Amino acid sequence: MRVMAQLAMVMNLDKCIGCHTCSVTCKQTWTNREGTEYVWFNNVETRPGQGYPRRYEDQERWRGGWELTRRGRLRLRGGSRLRRLGRLFANPDLPELTDYYEPWTYDYRTLTTAPLGDDSPVARPISAITGAPTSVRSGPNWDDSLGGGPENLAADPVVARLRDELGTAVRFEFEQAFMFYLPRICEHCLNPSCVASCPSGAMYKRVEDGIVLVDQDRCRGWRMCVSGCPYKKVYFNHRTGKAEKCTFCYPRMEVGQPTVCAETCVGRLRYIGVMLYDVDRVTRAASTPDEKDLYPAQLDVFLDPDDPEVAAAAERDGVPHEWVEAARRSPVRDLICTYRLALPLHPEYRTMPMVWYVPPLSPVVDALARTGFDGEDTGNLFGAIESLRIPVEYLAELFTAGDPEPVRASLRRLAAMRSFMRSVNLGEVPDGAAASQVGLTEDQLRAMYRLLALARYEERY
Amino acid sequence: MSAGTTRSEPEGVEDSASAALLRLSRFLTRSDTSPDLRAVHRRGGRSGEDFSRDRWQHDKVVPSTHGVNCTGSCRWKVYVKDGIITWETQDTDYPSVGPDRPEYEPRGCPRGAAFSWYSYSPLRVRYPYARGVLVEMYRAARREHGDPVRAWKSIVDDPLKRVAYHRARGRGGLVRVGWDEAVEMVAAAHVHTIAEHGPDRIAGFSPIPAMSMVSHAVGSRFMALLGAPMLSFYDWYADLPVASPQVFGDQTDVPESADWWDAAYLLMWGSNVPVTRTPDAHFMTEARYRGQKVVVVSPDFADNTRFADEWMAPHPGTDATLALAMGHVVLKEFFVDAWTPAFTDYVSRFTDLPFLVSLVERDGRLVPGKFVMASDLGRTEEHAEWKPVLLDDATGEPVVPNGSLGFRWSTEPGRWNLDLAGIEPTLSLHGRSDAEAVEVGLPRFDRPDGVGEVLSRGVPAIRVGPDGRLATTVFDLLLAQYGVGRPGLPGDWPAGDDDASQPATPAWQETITGVPAAQVVRVAREFADTAIRSNGRCMIIMGSGANHWFHADLIYRSFLALLHLTGCQGRNGGGWAHYVGQEKVRPLTGWQSLAGALDWCRPPRQMIGTAYWYTHTDQWRYDALGADVLSWPLAGGQLAGATVADLLARSARMGWMPSYPTFDRNPLDLVAEADAEGRDPVAHVVEELRAGRLGFACDDPDSPRNWPRVLTVWRANLLGSSAKGNEYFLRHLLGADTEVRAKETPPSRRPETVRWREEAPQGKLDLLLALDFRMTSTTLFADVVLPAATWYEKHDLSSTDMHPFVHSFNAAVDPPWQCRTDFAIFHAIAECFSRLAATHLGVRRDLVVTALQHDTPGEIAQPGGSTRDWRAGECAPLPGRTMPVLTVVERDYPALAAQLAALGPLLDKMGTTTKGVTVDVSRELAWLGESNGTFTAGPTAGRPRIDTDRRFADAILALSGTTNGRIAHEGFRALQERVGRPLTQLSSPSEHHRVTFADTRSRPASVVTSYEWSGDESGGRRYAPFTINVEQLKPWHTLTGRQHFFLDHDWMAELGEQLPVYRPPLDLHRLYDEPPLGPDGQRQVVVRYLTPHSKWSIHSEYQDNPLMLTLSRGGPTFWMSPADAEAIGVRDNDWVEAVNRNGVVVARAIVSHRMPTGTVFMYHAQERTVNVPRSETTGRRGGIHNSLTRLQIKPTHLVGGYAQLCFGFNYLGPTGNQRDEVTVIRRRSQEVTY
Repeated sequence: MRVMAQLAMVMNLDKCIGCHTCSVTCKQTWTNREGTEYVWFNNVETRPGQGYPRRYEDQERWRGGWELTRRGRLRLRGGSRLRRLGRLFANPDLPELTDYYEPWTYDYRTLTTAPLGDDSPVARPISAITGAPTSVRSGPNWDDSLGGGPENLAADPVVARLRDELGTAVRFEFEQAFMFYLPRICEHCLNPSCVASCPSGAMYKRVEDGIVLVDQDRCRGWRMCVSGCPYKKVYFNHRTGKAEKCTFCYPRMEVGQPTVCAETCVGRLRYIGVMLYDVDRVTRAASTPDEKDLYPAQLDVFLDPDDPEVAAAAERDGVPHEWVEAARRSPVRDLICTYRLALPLHPEYRTMPMVWYVPPLSPVVDALARTGFDGEDTGNLFGAIESLRIPVEYLAELFTAGDPEPVRASLRRLAAMRSFMRSVNLGEVPDGAAASQVGLTEDQLRAMYRLLALARYEERY
Repeated sequence: MSAGTTRSEPEGVEDSASAALLRLSRFLTRSDTSPDLRAVHRRGGRSGEDFSRDRWQHDKVVPSTHGVNCTGSCRWKVYVKDGIITWETQDTDYPSVGPDRPEYEPRGCPRGAAFSWYSYSPLRVRYPYARGVLVEMYRAARREHGDPVRAWKSIVDDPLKRVAYHRARGRGGLVRVGWDEAVEMVAAAHVHTIAEHGPDRIAGFSPIPAMSMVSHAVGSRFMALLGAPMLSFYDWYADLPVASPQVFGDQTDVPESADWWDAAYLLMWGSNVPVTRTPDAHFMTEARYRGQKVVVVSPDFADNTRFADEWMAPHPGTDATLALAMGHVVLKEFFVDAWTPAFTDYVSRFTDLPFLVSLVERDGRLVPGKFVMASDLGRTEEHAEWKPVLLDDATGEPVVPNGSLGFRWSTEPGRWNLDLAGIEPTLSLHGRSDAEAVEVGLPRFDRPDGVGEVLSRGVPAIRVGPDGRLATTVFDLLLAQYGVGRPGLPGDWPAGDDDASQPATPAWQETITGVPAAQVVRVAREFADTAIRSNGRCMIIMGSGANHWFHADLIYRSFLALLHLTGCQGRNGGGWAHYVGQEKVRPLTGWQSLAGALDWCRPPRQMIGTAYWYTHTDQWRYDALGADVLSWPLAGGQLAGATVADLLARSARMGWMPSYPTFDRNPLDLVAEADAEGRDPVAHVVEELRAGRLGFACDDPDSPRNWPRVLTVWRANLLGSSAKGNEYFLRHLLGADTEVRAKETPPSRRPETVRWREEAPQGKLDLLLALDFRMTSTTLFADVVLPAATWYEKHDLSSTDMHPFVHSFNAAVDPPWQCRTDFAIFHAIAECFSRLAATHLGVRRDLVVTALQHDTPGEIAQPGGSTRDWRAGECAPLPGRTMPVLTVVERDYPALAAQLAALGPLLDKMGTTTKGVTVDVSRELAWLGESNGTFTAGPTAGRPRIDTDRRFADAILALSGTTNGRIAHEGFRALQERVGRPLTQLSSPSEHHRVTFADTRSRPASVVTSYEWSGDESGGRRYAPFTINVEQLKPWHTLTGRQHFFLDHDWMAELGEQLPVYRPPLDLHRLYDEPPLGPDGQRQVVVRYLTPHSKWSIHSEYQDNPLMLTLSRGGPTFWMSPADAEAIGVRDNDWVEAVNRNGVVVARAIVSHRMPTGTVFMYHAQERTVNVPRSETTGRRGGIHNSLTRLQIKPTHLVGGYAQLCFGFNYLGPTGNQRDEVTVIRRRSQEVTY
């Protein structure tokens, strides 16, 4: 056992309102500069939708992350280092600007300086790259709130996968409409493929907190990290010629402040905490043969800070006592390990991502009531998970490599908490079965409620 | 940690060939590379990390907020580095709302987070600008005349010069001018207008005081000192729910968002909370975890639908049917089939349901008449005609309960309360031995074309009073209106819930809304059941999706009825939660005292914005909608033949609504004439009117004598945001180029009493002045543009409905370039004005005409809500009774600048009066004199200074009850005397609470319970409206003192709207020959055109911000359904054009299946400044969202002089609704030119 500490984040998608405040505060703070106009360390995607950059989840196309060889060994999906070195100057797996979007601005000054003419002046769009007049054809949030309709949204790689591999059709019709928002930052993976992709050794994972960074002094702009990251969360600064990425706001984290995206999240859905993990177990876990087992395998990598053996090992391995304490109080650990509410994003990329998500509930009662049941009855609520507007299969493709069971379990716990607390709210005696049916105690349901509903500042971070 | 020096093939990784390279670099750097070479862990020597550390560093962090009419009032940290604003993030320092609920932190949204871009953007107005054509003329005239006022006069009196600069409006050609010159032009225009036309020909428009009270009040105060009207905004924006004054006798009073948490059942009805209440949406998502059930009613799959347990998607504009059907279920199952004490007790005590209403005969049928009053029983006590009557169950006799309006204004205080004193109100006469079953005619309007028909339904009635008049209760009428039958009653009743032919069954609503009847029944039952189990904790968050319709008052009344029937109003966690642009000025009294200059002269001129624009942009000339189109078949005919313009004139002369300019003569001259003749000016005016020598301006609005001449817009973007009928503004008010396509009303349908001039004027305004920090559609058309400070460059105050705090704007940096704060700008204008006034105006006396005002004795001026017109000889012209109030006010124009900067003496003498409660503020004046200092010389010697923004803010806070516990306590003391029940216990715990401006800078400051509002916040309670009414039995400010289902004013009866009823959206095909809805098979489709609030802007602010444009589609868009898009061959992101009688809009299409077929959205306030090409239809610049709209005024909004139906500024007035519009949409050439 070798203990390392990792800063991790959990986002409760069930509370995300898709407002993009996180994206804007992040961009204002970090990337409103020349060379990074198109860069969003934090972006929010409407799902179903193609995401940013477009269809980034299609690893058949972009070849990001890891895959297993026939011998069961991890290999960068983009190919061997030799193969990648050979393509340094013509990397076919690299998204082009149009796969992100061509950033634009407007000739605003016209509004003030226009001479007397025949009509009111207007600021027309101009390319932020070339300065030439342009027309707006795509953007970093093009699918916002289901914009684009069936034609665009059906190109969501997850939708395509459900259709092609499971025969499950997502219907893009008014009555069946569903959506949720997926905010994304760098995953600060335990097994980062971007770091492994860098031919210059310019990328590294910080020892003390696991934050993955690009060394701006050493980066030579090969961009192998860009194609190597399956989440497409490393970007190329076309002005400096170097790669840049989400820094987990280390200048803030180092002085005890949460990341900008987390603190400014008005949905109050982001949790930051310390996770202890066994660095020796990472490779084996990432090599788990069946993709569906990657989620439990990653859970096994995490260490219990309350275990005296782990605490001793942590001390031995140089993890400060404060960090062990932080791991014990970690809301992220509660959500990931204790309540099993949070799930990793695309574990099948085998990077062992460390930004996890509580899956979103979606209207239950009306779907259920159509079948004549009382939608608020505890028992029915569990049954209703199957008739959510958001198909469980869709969520499973995002979070569990297609295994619906962990998603169902998480949603059932959320539903059980609502049902239990409704009785409390109305001053009635809660049904104790609600907790036990989802494998929790009443105290745990109440603690979950405190963490998710009250979500106090001091307890979120 | 291991150095990882093994050279063996690392475990689990397939990559031998190239490993050497990485392995080599591993030894050259100070890092820990994992044995498998996957991971590089590094400590120390990480100089590359300095970049981000440097970037994060800053010199200071300043708290401020945004003044953008979003109701957010969020606390932001503004970061400054090297004297430059870098960015902003939300502050998290709100006072706690308690350990058992989520806190407010952090509040904000992406719009606010993008604000700092404006500070240094190319959109910034950096210097004063003026239209080049005008500047040249002014300079020439100035040289010629040597005097600014005469120079200005020479231009505006010259028809050719007028046209020259009017026609240049909006077409570029702005030139930089110096501050002195700009201010001189503006001041000269004001002086000239007052001298030549009168101060009521000037107007100020600046909405939503709460979003920056000082900036608002300083300009408003300037206008008030001039005698210029301020134009209302809340009604004009259609954000005012007219149902609120109608039902509650209150403008709008709603819970703070933390109170959503208390709700056990939450309906979001026409309010897309995540998008439009972004900072507060978390209370909704989190309350679900507390077991709150969430139901969304929305015609589209709106963002909030994502969180709903149930979604009901009625066709747009049909919401009232759904609410009526829910009410039907509640009335039938919880009042008739079963008797629910929780509900019946509530409605008996807190609503008008038990009160008696006369039944009167019309066309041989009985119809509901007026409330039975004490006077109808033959009683002669004081105000007997203002004391409604109910039956006491104990005695069976009619009694006069406490609490009605007659007690409020009684000379003997103490009985204005809801203490029933042993009376047990009779809700229904059904089953009474002396009741007879009679048939009454009731209205229905559910045909698609909206034409009224008569329902015949029975009610039990008895005979009361010396004249033996037939009467029934409001409750019995309500059951009839809602189609809930009882044994033995005649008439046409639904055969059952599944009878779709009869209002208001669930099956009936399904035929109109498309929402399954079974779902409506289920939701209604759950709603009522939860109300019982939670003691009234069911809440409806309602918004502009329901409130912006022509008949929104009826939609809202149908919602409120549900809440009243289930006893949910006046409870924490229950009741209505209307959040549309209202923004509560929590320190109300201080703000209104300063904004109205009530310390120097009273009353101020305050105008209903909708009527102002309707009249002066000549939209009335295109409005063929006769008022009687809206009447029901059993109407008395009072509105027959009248147009809206006629009704506006009637409303003005009867003292119902204000009207400015008022007369066809300068009001200063009217007093001078009287003085010259040695007569009382008021008597002079009445005599002149009676003799017909003096006319009302609104009787001939197109006469140059009656035009508005000078308009100042600040903190607003009239022409890019709120100007419904935008093209009419451009054509008639400004004389600019325009796209109006409509024809003027044909002679047969023109007004009867309002003069029609053959040539409609084009270009009424002499001066449009705009203060702004960015270029907008308004600055593009303004004659003079003054560069304003942004929200990060000034000191000001902010408050909202959404949270119970007052906090501040603070200057993170000084205004850059030549920008100045609004405060500084108005002072600069005032100084120049006073200088010019010394020679051109001097001290004058002004005759101010004001409407009968709510919360004053004026609300009992016209008993019975009758409509006698003195001009028609139906009554005598009595100022303050049958006509407006006439007041002579002295205006010391040369001293105006000094008065602007000092607190005047009227406050010492008269105190402050808010909602009828007068408080002596002499202690606060003394404190302000010491704290702010006093003037030592000049016309304001000895008066407290309010000459800086911070001193001004401190005066607002000191004079208000919410921020000064002593004032609150004094107010409750005065109120309890009137009410006759103890109230000071609400304020005594916080009597010494005091908030200063410095407090609001250090942290958002909590407010305390005050008589200015209706919620009890003591002991850390969350604010919920009307809890004081329910708990302390303090009456509502209505006729009965209770919440009203029934409105008995004559005009309500004319329209058939005495009780909640469904009226469909206006049928514009029938009324204006717009094509019928649907595709025409010719590559165009006719759709309902809605303009809901946007995710990517707050009104027009931020819609031009590159961050927001990048996160959306980069310019104006229409959201449309796949079916509508397919019908016209449109694909996502194609350019389309929308055309109707009012104008043309060019935008791109967003195709989405979240849209219902037949409806398009163009999100609100996408203006002409960014990415708007020329239209194919006209070749001119495509319009804005309001190019397709036009004002439609509902006659009942003009009612006044009668109890809660009385004018109050931004309290009651006609709404500028815009939801009933339709448009043609077609695909256009994809080649666009700008």
